[in-house]
Amino acid sequence: MIMDILDILDIVRDNWILLLIGQYPNGPLGGIACTLILSLLGIVLAFPLSVLLALARLSPWRLLRWPATTLVYIVRGVPLLMVILWVYFLVPLLIGHSVSGFVTMLCTLVIYEGAYLSEVVRAGIEALPRGQMEAARALGLSHLGAMRLVILPQALYNMLPSLLSQFVATIKETTLGYVINVPELTFAANQINNQLLTKPFQVFAMLALIYFVVCWALTQGAHLLDRRIARKRAGSSTVPVAQALPSCASLSAEA
Amino acid sequence: MNGFDLFAILLNPGFGQMLLDGMKMTAVVAGCSWLTGMTLAMLLLTVRLTGSWGERLVAGYVSYHSNVPTLVQLMLWYFGIASMLPVDWQGWLSEHHAEAVFAIIGLSLCQAAYFSEDLRSGLRGVPSGQTEAARALGHSYLSCMRHVLLPQAARNALPALVNHSVSLFKNSSLAMAIGVAELTHAVKEIENQSFRTFESYAIATTVYLLCSLLIMAAGALIAQRSHLAATR
Repeated sequence: MIMDILDILDIVRDNWILLLIGQYPNGPLGGIACTLILSLLGIVLAFPLSVLLALARLSPWRLLRWPATTLVYIVRGVPLLMVILWVYFLVPLLIGHSVSGFVTMLCTLVIYEGAYLSEVVRAGIEALPRGQMEAARALGLSHLGAMRLVILPQALYNMLPSLLSQFVATIKETTLGYVINVPELTFAANQINNQLLTKPFQVFAMLALIYFVVCWALTQGAHLLDRRIARKRAGSSTVPVAQALPSCASLSAEA
Repeated sequence: MNGFDLFAILLNPGFGQMLLDGMKMTAVVAGCSWLTGMTLAMLLLTVRLTGSWGERLVAGYVSYHSNVPTLVQLMLWYFGIASMLPVDWQGWLSEHHAEAVFAIIGLSLCQAAYFSEDLRSGLRGVPSGQTEAARALGHSYLSCMRHVLLPQAARNALPALVNHSVSLFKNSSLAMAIGVAELTHAVKEIENQSFRTFESYAIATTVYLLCSLLIMAAGALIAQRSHLAATR
Protein backbone atom coordinates (compact mmCIF):
# COMPACT_ATOMS: atom_id res chain seq x y z
CA MET A 1 0.00 0.00 0.00
CA ILE A 2 2.71 2.47 1.09
CA MET A 3 4.85 1.24 -1.79
CA ASP A 4 2.03 1.90 -4.24
CA ILE A 5 1.65 5.48 -3.02
CA LEU A 6 5.41 6.02 -3.33
CA ASP A 7 5.28 4.55 -6.84
CA ILE A 8 2.48 6.93 -7.79
CA LEU A 9 4.47 9.90 -6.48
CA ASP A 10 7.48 8.70 -8.50
CA ILE A 11 5.40 8.41 -11.66
CA VAL A 12 4.00 11.91 -11.15
CA ARG A 13 7.48 13.32 -10.51
CA ASP A 14 8.92 11.72 -13.64
CA ASN A 15 6.02 12.58 -15.95
CA TRP A 16 4.40 15.74 -14.63
CA ILE A 17 5.08 17.74 -17.78
CA LEU A 18 3.47 15.07 -19.96
CA LEU A 19 0.47 14.92 -17.63
CA LEU A 20 0.15 18.70 -17.51
CA ILE A 21 0.69 19.85 -21.11
CA GLY A 22 1.52 16.72 -23.10
CA GLN A 23 4.41 17.07 -25.56
CA TYR A 24 3.53 20.72 -26.03
CA PRO A 25 6.40 22.74 -27.42
CA ASN A 26 7.42 19.79 -29.62
CA GLY A 27 3.96 18.46 -30.37
CA PRO A 28 0.27 19.11 -29.85
CA LEU A 29 -0.94 20.48 -26.51
CA GLY A 30 -2.03 17.56 -24.36
CA GLY A 31 -2.57 16.32 -20.82
CA ILE A 32 -4.77 18.13 -18.34
CA ALA A 33 -4.43 21.36 -20.33
CA CYS A 34 -5.95 19.66 -23.38
CA THR A 35 -8.72 18.07 -21.30
CA LEU A 36 -9.67 21.39 -19.71
CA ILE A 37 -9.46 23.47 -22.90
CA LEU A 38 -11.47 20.86 -24.79
CA SER A 39 -14.24 20.73 -22.21
CA LEU A 40 -14.30 24.51 -21.71
CA LEU A 41 -14.50 25.19 -25.46
CA GLY A 42 -17.06 22.42 -25.79
CA ILE A 43 -19.37 23.81 -23.15
CA VAL A 44 -18.94 27.44 -24.27
CA LEU A 45 -19.78 26.57 -27.89
CA ALA A 46 -22.56 24.19 -26.90
CA PHE A 47 -24.27 26.78 -24.72
CA PRO A 48 -25.73 29.05 -27.46
CA LEU A 49 -26.79 25.94 -29.38
CA SER A 50 -28.53 24.59 -26.30
CA VAL A 51 -30.44 27.83 -25.70
CA LEU A 52 -31.63 27.81 -29.32
CA LEU A 53 -32.62 24.14 -29.02
CA ALA A 54 -34.51 24.75 -25.79
CA LEU A 55 -36.34 27.74 -27.30
CA ALA A 56 -37.21 25.65 -30.35
CA ARG A 57 -38.53 22.84 -28.12
CA LEU A 58 -40.69 25.28 -26.16
CA SER A 59 -41.77 27.35 -29.13
CA PRO A 60 -45.44 27.42 -30.16
CA TRP A 61 -44.42 26.55 -33.77
CA ARG A 62 -44.44 22.89 -34.66
CA LEU A 63 -41.92 23.38 -37.48
CA LEU A 64 -39.29 24.36 -34.89
CA ARG A 65 -40.42 22.03 -32.13
CA TRP A 66 -40.24 18.73 -33.97
CA PRO A 67 -36.71 18.83 -35.44
CA ALA A 68 -35.31 20.03 -32.11
CA THR A 69 -37.14 17.30 -30.17
CA THR A 70 -35.94 14.67 -32.64
CA LEU A 71 -32.34 15.82 -32.35
CA VAL A 72 -32.48 15.75 -28.54
CA TYR A 73 -33.96 12.25 -28.50
CA ILE A 74 -31.41 10.94 -30.98
CA VAL A 75 -28.53 12.30 -28.93
CA ARG A 76 -30.05 10.97 -25.70
CA GLY A 77 -30.43 7.53 -27.26
CA VAL A 78 -27.06 7.06 -28.95
CA PRO A 79 -23.78 6.42 -27.10
CA LEU A 80 -21.23 9.23 -27.17
CA LEU A 81 -18.75 6.80 -28.70
CA MET A 82 -21.08 6.31 -31.67
CA VAL A 83 -21.40 10.09 -32.13
CA ILE A 84 -17.60 10.37 -32.07
CA LEU A 85 -17.33 7.71 -34.79
CA TRP A 86 -19.93 9.53 -36.90
CA VAL A 87 -18.19 12.89 -36.57
CA TYR A 88 -14.81 11.28 -37.25
CA PHE A 89 -16.25 9.86 -40.46
CA LEU A 90 -18.57 12.66 -41.64
CA VAL A 91 -16.73 15.92 -40.87
CA PRO A 92 -13.79 15.23 -43.23
CA LEU A 93 -16.30 14.21 -45.93
CA LEU A 94 -18.29 17.41 -45.48
CA ILE A 95 -15.45 19.92 -45.37
CA GLY A 96 -13.18 18.10 -47.80
CA HIS A 97 -10.01 17.68 -45.75
CA SER A 98 -9.05 15.71 -42.67
CA VAL A 99 -9.26 17.31 -39.24
CA SER A 100 -7.34 16.65 -36.05
CA GLY A 101 -8.69 14.48 -33.25
CA PHE A 102 -9.06 17.61 -31.14
CA VAL A 103 -11.46 19.22 -33.65
CA THR A 104 -13.39 15.96 -34.06
CA MET A 105 -13.83 15.66 -30.32
CA LEU A 106 -14.81 19.33 -30.04
CA CYS A 107 -17.52 18.97 -32.73
CA THR A 108 -18.83 15.86 -30.98
CA LEU A 109 -18.95 17.58 -27.60
CA VAL A 110 -20.77 20.59 -29.04
CA ILE A 111 -23.49 18.39 -30.57
CA TYR A 112 -23.76 16.07 -27.56
CA GLU A 113 -23.57 18.70 -24.83
CA GLY A 114 -25.79 21.04 -26.85
CA ALA A 115 -28.58 18.50 -26.69
CA TYR A 116 -28.05 17.64 -23.01
CA LEU A 117 -27.70 21.30 -21.97
CA SER A 118 -30.87 22.15 -23.86
CA GLU A 119 -32.72 19.85 -21.45
CA VAL A 120 -31.16 21.76 -18.56
CA VAL A 121 -32.15 25.10 -20.08
CA ARG A 122 -35.65 23.81 -20.78
CA ALA A 123 -36.03 22.61 -17.20
CA GLY A 124 -34.78 26.01 -16.00
CA ILE A 125 -37.36 27.80 -18.13
CA GLU A 126 -40.17 25.50 -17.08
CA ALA A 127 -39.25 25.84 -13.42
CA LEU A 128 -40.11 29.55 -13.50
CA PRO A 129 -43.65 30.39 -12.40
CA ARG A 130 -46.04 30.60 -15.35
CA GLY A 131 -47.06 34.06 -14.17
CA GLN A 132 -43.73 35.44 -15.45
CA MET A 133 -44.57 34.62 -19.05
CA GLU A 134 -48.19 35.63 -18.68
CA ALA A 135 -47.31 38.96 -17.07
CA ALA A 136 -44.71 39.70 -19.76
CA ARG A 137 -47.19 38.91 -22.52
CA ALA A 138 -49.88 40.97 -20.79
CA LEU A 139 -47.46 43.90 -20.71
CA GLY A 140 -47.32 43.71 -24.49
CA LEU A 141 -44.06 41.81 -25.12
CA SER A 142 -44.01 39.29 -27.96
CA HIS A 143 -43.24 35.60 -27.20
CA LEU A 144 -39.59 36.05 -28.20
CA GLY A 145 -39.34 39.41 -26.45
CA ALA A 146 -40.70 37.92 -23.25
CA MET A 147 -38.23 35.01 -23.55
CA ARG A 148 -35.27 37.30 -24.14
CA LEU A 149 -36.02 40.01 -21.61
CA VAL A 150 -37.91 38.22 -18.85
CA ILE A 151 -37.64 34.43 -18.91
CA LEU A 152 -34.08 33.68 -20.09
CA PRO A 153 -32.23 36.08 -17.76
CA GLN A 154 -33.92 34.47 -14.75
CA ALA A 155 -33.71 30.89 -16.03
CA LEU A 156 -30.05 31.13 -17.02
CA TYR A 157 -29.05 32.67 -13.70
CA ASN A 158 -30.86 29.88 -11.83
CA MET A 159 -29.17 27.19 -13.90
CA LEU A 160 -25.58 28.35 -13.31
CA PRO A 161 -24.93 25.44 -10.88
CA SER A 162 -26.32 22.93 -13.39
CA LEU A 163 -24.10 24.49 -16.02
CA LEU A 164 -21.10 23.88 -13.78
CA SER A 165 -22.07 20.25 -13.19
CA GLN A 166 -22.54 19.83 -16.93
CA PHE A 167 -18.98 21.13 -17.28
CA VAL A 168 -17.86 18.32 -14.97
CA ALA A 169 -19.79 15.84 -17.14
CA THR A 170 -17.99 17.25 -20.18
CA ILE A 171 -14.59 16.78 -18.55
CA LYS A 172 -15.51 13.15 -17.97
CA GLU A 173 -16.67 12.79 -21.56
CA THR A 174 -13.38 14.09 -23.00
CA THR A 175 -11.80 10.81 -21.83
CA LEU A 176 -13.43 9.17 -24.83
CA GLY A 177 -11.15 11.24 -27.03
CA TYR A 178 -8.61 8.55 -26.12
CA VAL A 179 -10.35 6.26 -28.63
CA ILE A 180 -9.53 8.62 -31.54
CA ASN A 181 -6.07 9.53 -30.18
CA VAL A 182 -6.81 13.01 -28.83
CA PRO A 183 -3.72 13.65 -26.66
CA GLU A 184 -5.72 14.45 -23.50
CA LEU A 185 -5.09 13.23 -19.96
CA THR A 186 -6.25 9.63 -20.39
CA PHE A 187 -4.15 9.31 -23.53
CA ALA A 188 -1.11 10.69 -21.68
CA ALA A 189 -1.63 8.17 -18.87
CA ASN A 190 -1.80 5.35 -21.39
CA GLN A 191 1.46 6.59 -22.92
CA ILE A 192 3.09 6.47 -19.50
CA ASN A 193 1.66 3.02 -18.90
CA ASN A 194 3.06 1.78 -22.20
CA GLN A 195 6.52 3.13 -21.27
CA LEU A 196 6.57 1.64 -17.78
CA LEU A 197 4.71 -1.60 -18.60
CA THR A 198 5.06 -2.98 -15.06
CA LYS A 199 2.94 -0.54 -13.04
CA PRO A 200 -0.55 -0.40 -14.59
CA PHE A 201 -2.34 -0.21 -11.24
CA GLN A 202 -0.31 2.76 -10.05
CA VAL A 203 -0.65 4.63 -13.36
CA PHE A 204 -4.42 4.23 -13.58
CA ALA A 205 -4.95 4.88 -9.89
CA MET A 206 -3.05 8.12 -10.37
CA LEU A 207 -5.21 8.95 -13.40
CA ALA A 208 -8.40 8.30 -11.42
CA LEU A 209 -7.06 10.43 -8.58
CA ILE A 210 -6.31 13.39 -10.86
CA TYR A 211 -9.78 13.28 -12.39
CA PHE A 212 -11.29 12.92 -8.94
CA VAL A 213 -9.53 15.99 -7.58
CA VAL A 214 -10.45 18.17 -10.57
CA CYS A 215 -14.08 17.06 -10.82
CA TRP A 216 -14.66 16.96 -7.06
CA ALA A 217 -13.45 20.54 -6.67
CA LEU A 218 -15.75 21.69 -9.47
CA THR A 219 -18.71 19.74 -8.04
CA GLN A 220 -18.16 21.38 -4.66
CA GLY A 221 -18.09 24.72 -6.45
CA ALA A 222 -21.43 23.88 -8.05
CA HIS A 223 -22.95 23.03 -4.65
CA LEU A 224 -21.66 26.28 -3.19
CA LEU A 225 -23.05 28.29 -6.10
CA ASP A 226 -26.36 26.45 -5.78
CA ARG A 227 -26.74 27.38 -2.12
CA ARG A 228 -25.77 30.98 -2.82
CA ILE A 229 -28.26 31.38 -5.62
CA ALA A 230 -31.01 29.77 -3.56
CA ARG A 231 -30.25 32.20 -0.69
CA LYS A 232 -30.14 35.16 -3.02
CA ARG A 233 -33.43 34.30 -4.64
CA ALA A 234 -35.09 33.64 -1.31
CA GLY A 235 -33.93 37.09 -0.17
CA SER A 236 -34.58 39.07 -3.33
CA SER A 237 -38.01 37.79 -4.32
CA THR A 238 -39.84 39.30 -1.35
CA VAL A 239 -38.00 42.57 -0.72
CA PRO A 240 -38.35 44.48 -4.01
CA VAL A 241 -41.95 43.37 -4.48
CA ALA A 242 -42.82 44.59 -1.01
CA GLN A 243 -41.08 47.90 -1.64
CA ALA A 244 -42.53 48.49 -5.08
CA LEU A 245 -46.06 47.38 -4.36
CA PRO A 246 -46.92 47.92 -0.71
CA SER A 247 -50.54 46.93 -1.27
CA CYS A 248 -49.50 43.53 -2.59
CA ALA A 249 -47.01 42.81 0.20
CA SER A 250 -49.38 40.61 2.11
CA LEU A 251 -50.25 38.68 -1.05
CA SER A 252 -46.65 37.96 -1.98
CA ALA A 253 -45.87 36.87 1.54
CA GLU A 254 -48.62 34.30 1.34
CA ALA A 255 -47.38 33.02 -2.02
CA MET B 1 -17.68 2.03 -53.11
CA ASN B 2 -20.90 1.64 -55.01
CA GLY B 3 -23.82 3.40 -53.40
CA PHE B 4 -25.61 3.02 -50.13
CA ASP B 5 -26.43 -0.65 -49.52
CA LEU B 6 -27.51 -1.82 -46.08
CA PHE B 7 -28.07 -5.38 -47.25
CA ALA B 8 -24.44 -5.80 -48.25
CA ILE B 9 -23.87 -6.00 -44.50
CA LEU B 10 -27.12 -7.39 -43.16
CA LEU B 11 -27.30 -10.29 -45.63
CA ASN B 12 -23.60 -11.12 -45.53
CA PRO B 13 -23.52 -14.17 -43.24
CA GLY B 14 -20.18 -13.27 -41.65
CA PHE B 15 -21.14 -9.66 -40.87
CA GLY B 16 -24.64 -10.66 -39.81
CA GLN B 17 -23.18 -13.07 -37.27
CA MET B 18 -20.75 -10.42 -35.99
CA LEU B 19 -23.63 -7.98 -35.52
CA LEU B 20 -25.70 -10.57 -33.66
CA ASP B 21 -22.78 -11.51 -31.41
CA GLY B 22 -22.14 -7.82 -30.75
CA MET B 23 -25.74 -7.19 -29.79
CA LYS B 24 -25.71 -10.26 -27.55
CA MET B 25 -22.56 -9.02 -25.79
CA THR B 26 -24.05 -5.54 -25.35
CA ALA B 27 -27.19 -7.08 -23.87
CA VAL B 28 -25.17 -9.29 -21.52
CA VAL B 29 -22.90 -6.45 -20.35
CA ALA B 30 -25.74 -3.94 -19.92
CA GLY B 31 -28.16 -6.47 -18.39
CA CYS B 32 -25.70 -7.96 -15.89
CA SER B 33 -24.45 -4.50 -14.90
CA TRP B 34 -28.00 -3.29 -14.40
CA LEU B 35 -28.95 -6.20 -12.14
CA THR B 36 -25.76 -6.10 -10.07
CA GLY B 37 -25.85 -2.32 -9.97
CA MET B 38 -29.42 -2.22 -8.70
CA THR B 39 -28.76 -4.88 -6.04
CA LEU B 40 -25.67 -3.04 -4.86
CA ALA B 41 -27.54 0.26 -4.87
CA MET B 42 -30.14 -1.13 -2.47
CA LEU B 43 -27.35 -2.44 -0.22
CA LEU B 44 -25.62 0.94 -0.34
CA LEU B 45 -28.86 2.69 0.51
CA THR B 46 -29.42 0.43 3.51
CA VAL B 47 -25.86 0.96 4.73
CA ARG B 48 -26.25 4.70 4.25
CA LEU B 49 -29.31 4.78 6.49
CA THR B 50 -27.66 2.88 9.36
CA GLY B 51 -25.74 5.80 10.83
CA SER B 52 -23.17 8.50 10.38
CA TRP B 53 -20.33 6.09 9.54
CA GLY B 54 -22.41 4.29 6.95
CA GLU B 55 -23.46 7.65 5.60
CA ARG B 56 -19.86 8.82 5.25
CA LEU B 57 -18.71 5.56 3.68
CA VAL B 58 -21.42 5.55 1.03
CA ALA B 59 -21.00 9.26 0.37
CA GLY B 60 -17.33 8.59 -0.37
CA TYR B 61 -18.22 5.68 -2.62
CA VAL B 62 -20.71 7.78 -4.57
CA SER B 63 -18.31 10.70 -4.76
CA TYR B 64 -15.55 8.52 -6.23
CA HIS B 65 -17.79 6.93 -8.82
CA SER B 66 -19.46 10.14 -9.93
CA ASN B 67 -16.28 12.22 -10.16
CA VAL B 68 -14.05 9.76 -12.00
CA PRO B 69 -14.89 9.15 -15.68
CA THR B 70 -16.41 5.73 -16.33
CA LEU B 71 -13.79 4.94 -18.95
CA VAL B 72 -11.02 5.57 -16.41
CA GLN B 73 -12.80 3.31 -13.90
CA LEU B 74 -12.96 0.55 -16.50
CA MET B 75 -9.26 0.99 -17.33
CA LEU B 76 -8.36 0.90 -13.64
CA TRP B 77 -10.24 -2.39 -13.28
CA TYR B 78 -9.06 -4.07 -16.44
CA PHE B 79 -5.45 -2.88 -16.68
CA GLY B 80 -4.78 -1.98 -13.05
CA ILE B 81 -6.64 -4.11 -10.58
CA ALA B 82 -6.56 -7.21 -12.79
CA SER B 83 -2.73 -7.13 -12.69
CA MET B 84 -2.74 -7.14 -8.86
CA LEU B 85 -4.69 -10.41 -8.68
CA PRO B 86 -2.94 -13.74 -8.00
CA VAL B 87 -1.50 -15.28 -11.15
CA ASP B 88 -3.79 -18.33 -11.26
CA TRP B 89 -6.86 -16.06 -10.98
CA GLN B 90 -5.54 -14.01 -13.88
CA GLY B 91 -5.11 -17.18 -15.93
CA TRP B 92 -8.61 -18.37 -15.12
CA LEU B 93 -10.08 -14.98 -15.94
CA SER B 94 -8.28 -14.63 -19.25
CA GLU B 95 -9.84 -17.93 -20.31
CA HIS B 96 -13.28 -16.66 -19.33
CA HIS B 97 -13.66 -13.29 -21.10
CA ALA B 98 -11.73 -11.27 -18.51
CA GLU B 99 -12.49 -8.03 -20.37
CA ALA B 100 -16.25 -8.63 -20.20
CA VAL B 101 -16.08 -9.62 -16.52
CA PHE B 102 -14.18 -6.45 -15.61
CA ALA B 103 -16.45 -4.31 -17.80
CA ILE B 104 -19.45 -5.67 -15.89
CA ILE B 105 -17.75 -5.15 -12.52
CA GLY B 106 -16.71 -1.60 -13.39
CA LEU B 107 -20.03 -0.58 -14.92
CA SER B 108 -22.15 -2.08 -12.16
CA LEU B 109 -20.10 -0.52 -9.34
CA CYS B 110 -20.35 2.84 -11.08
CA GLN B 111 -24.04 2.42 -11.78
CA ALA B 112 -24.73 1.38 -8.19
CA ALA B 113 -23.54 4.83 -7.10
CA TYR B 114 -25.98 6.59 -9.45
CA PHE B 115 -28.89 4.26 -8.65
CA SER B 116 -28.35 4.61 -4.90
CA GLU B 117 -28.41 8.40 -5.21
CA ASP B 118 -31.66 8.18 -7.21
CA LEU B 119 -33.22 5.86 -4.65
CA ARG B 120 -32.07 8.07 -1.80
CA SER B 121 -33.74 11.14 -3.24
CA GLY B 122 -36.79 8.97 -3.92
CA LEU B 123 -36.74 7.86 -0.30
CA ARG B 124 -36.62 11.46 0.91
CA GLY B 125 -39.96 11.96 -0.78
CA VAL B 126 -41.62 9.23 1.30
CA PRO B 127 -43.30 10.78 4.37
CA SER B 128 -41.73 9.69 7.68
CA GLY B 129 -45.16 8.57 8.90
CA GLN B 130 -44.78 5.57 6.59
CA THR B 131 -41.75 4.28 8.52
CA GLU B 132 -43.40 4.96 11.85
CA ALA B 133 -46.58 3.18 10.82
CA ALA B 134 -44.67 0.19 9.44
CA ARG B 135 -42.52 -0.12 12.57
CA ALA B 136 -45.63 0.25 14.76
CA LEU B 137 -47.21 -2.62 12.83
CA GLY B 138 -44.26 -4.80 13.84
CA HIS B 139 -42.12 -4.71 10.67
CA SER B 140 -38.42 -5.07 11.32
CA TYR B 141 -36.07 -2.40 9.90
CA LEU B 142 -35.24 -4.54 6.85
CA SER B 143 -38.78 -5.69 6.27
CA CYS B 144 -40.07 -2.13 6.52
CA MET B 145 -37.40 -1.13 4.01
CA ARG B 146 -38.29 -3.92 1.61
CA HIS B 147 -42.08 -3.90 1.79
CA VAL B 148 -42.98 -0.31 2.58
CA LEU B 149 -40.24 2.21 1.85
CA LEU B 150 -38.33 0.90 -1.17
CA PRO B 151 -41.40 0.34 -3.38
CA GLN B 152 -42.53 3.92 -2.79
CA ALA B 153 -39.00 5.28 -3.14
CA ALA B 154 -38.63 3.39 -6.42
CA ARG B 155 -41.85 5.00 -7.67
CA ASN B 156 -40.58 8.49 -6.79
CA ALA B 157 -37.19 7.76 -8.26
CA LEU B 158 -38.49 6.18 -11.45
CA PRO B 159 -37.72 9.02 -13.90
CA ALA B 160 -34.14 9.30 -12.65
CA LEU B 161 -33.72 5.51 -12.62
CA VAL B 162 -34.91 5.27 -16.23
CA ASN B 163 -32.50 8.03 -17.30
CA HIS B 164 -29.61 6.29 -15.62
CA SER B 165 -30.64 2.92 -17.07
CA VAL B 166 -30.48 4.46 -20.54
CA SER B 167 -27.08 5.95 -19.78
CA LEU B 168 -25.87 2.56 -18.49
CA PHE B 169 -27.01 0.98 -21.75
CA LYS B 170 -25.13 3.67 -23.67
CA ASN B 171 -22.08 3.36 -21.44
CA SER B 172 -21.85 -0.35 -22.25
CA SER B 173 -20.23 0.88 -25.48
CA LEU B 174 -17.25 2.08 -23.42
CA ALA B 175 -16.39 -1.57 -22.84
CA MET B 176 -15.09 -1.48 -26.40
CA ALA B 177 -12.08 0.50 -25.18
CA ILE B 178 -10.94 -2.47 -23.07
CA GLY B 179 -11.59 -4.92 -25.89
CA VAL B 180 -15.05 -6.30 -25.19
CA ALA B 181 -16.58 -7.46 -28.48
CA GLU B 182 -19.88 -5.63 -28.05
CA LEU B 183 -21.93 -3.83 -30.68
CA THR B 184 -19.68 -0.80 -31.26
CA HIS B 185 -16.63 -3.06 -31.41
CA ALA B 186 -18.37 -5.38 -33.89
CA VAL B 187 -19.41 -2.45 -36.06
CA LYS B 188 -15.87 -1.05 -36.18
CA GLU B 189 -14.65 -4.49 -37.15
CA ILE B 190 -17.26 -4.76 -39.93
CA GLU B 191 -16.34 -1.27 -41.13
CA ASN B 192 -12.68 -2.28 -41.31
CA GLN B 193 -13.46 -5.35 -43.37
CA SER B 194 -16.24 -4.06 -45.64
CA PHE B 195 -15.23 -0.38 -46.00
CA ARG B 196 -18.95 0.41 -45.77
CA THR B 197 -18.60 2.96 -42.97
CA PHE B 198 -21.90 4.73 -43.46
CA GLU B 199 -23.98 1.56 -43.54
CA SER B 200 -22.35 -0.14 -40.58
CA TYR B 201 -22.58 2.97 -38.39
CA ALA B 202 -26.19 3.49 -39.46
CA ILE B 203 -27.09 -0.05 -38.36
CA ALA B 204 -25.44 0.29 -34.96
CA THR B 205 -26.93 3.75 -34.39
CA THR B 206 -30.41 2.47 -35.21
CA VAL B 207 -30.05 -0.47 -32.84
CA TYR B 208 -28.80 1.75 -30.00
CA LEU B 209 -31.48 4.35 -30.61
CA LEU B 210 -34.31 1.82 -30.76
CA CYS B 211 -33.19 0.09 -27.56
CA SER B 212 -32.82 3.42 -25.71
CA LEU B 213 -36.24 4.58 -26.84
CA LEU B 214 -37.63 1.19 -25.78
CA ILE B 215 -36.17 1.62 -22.28
CA MET B 216 -37.61 5.16 -22.08
CA ALA B 217 -41.01 3.92 -23.28
CA ALA B 218 -40.96 1.04 -20.77
CA GLY B 219 -40.15 3.58 -18.05
CA ALA B 220 -43.10 5.72 -19.10
CA LEU B 221 -45.37 2.67 -19.06
CA ILE B 222 -44.23 1.61 -15.58
CA ALA B 223 -44.65 5.19 -14.38
CA GLN B 224 -48.21 5.22 -15.66
CA ARG B 225 -48.99 1.81 -14.10
CA SER B 226 -47.46 2.64 -10.71
CA HIS B 227 -49.22 5.98 -10.70
CA LEU B 228 -52.50 4.12 -11.15
CA ALA B 229 -51.54 1.67 -8.41
CA ALA B 230 -50.70 4.55 -6.07
CA THR B 231 -53.97 6.39 -6.61
CA ARG B 232 -56.15 3.30 -6.39
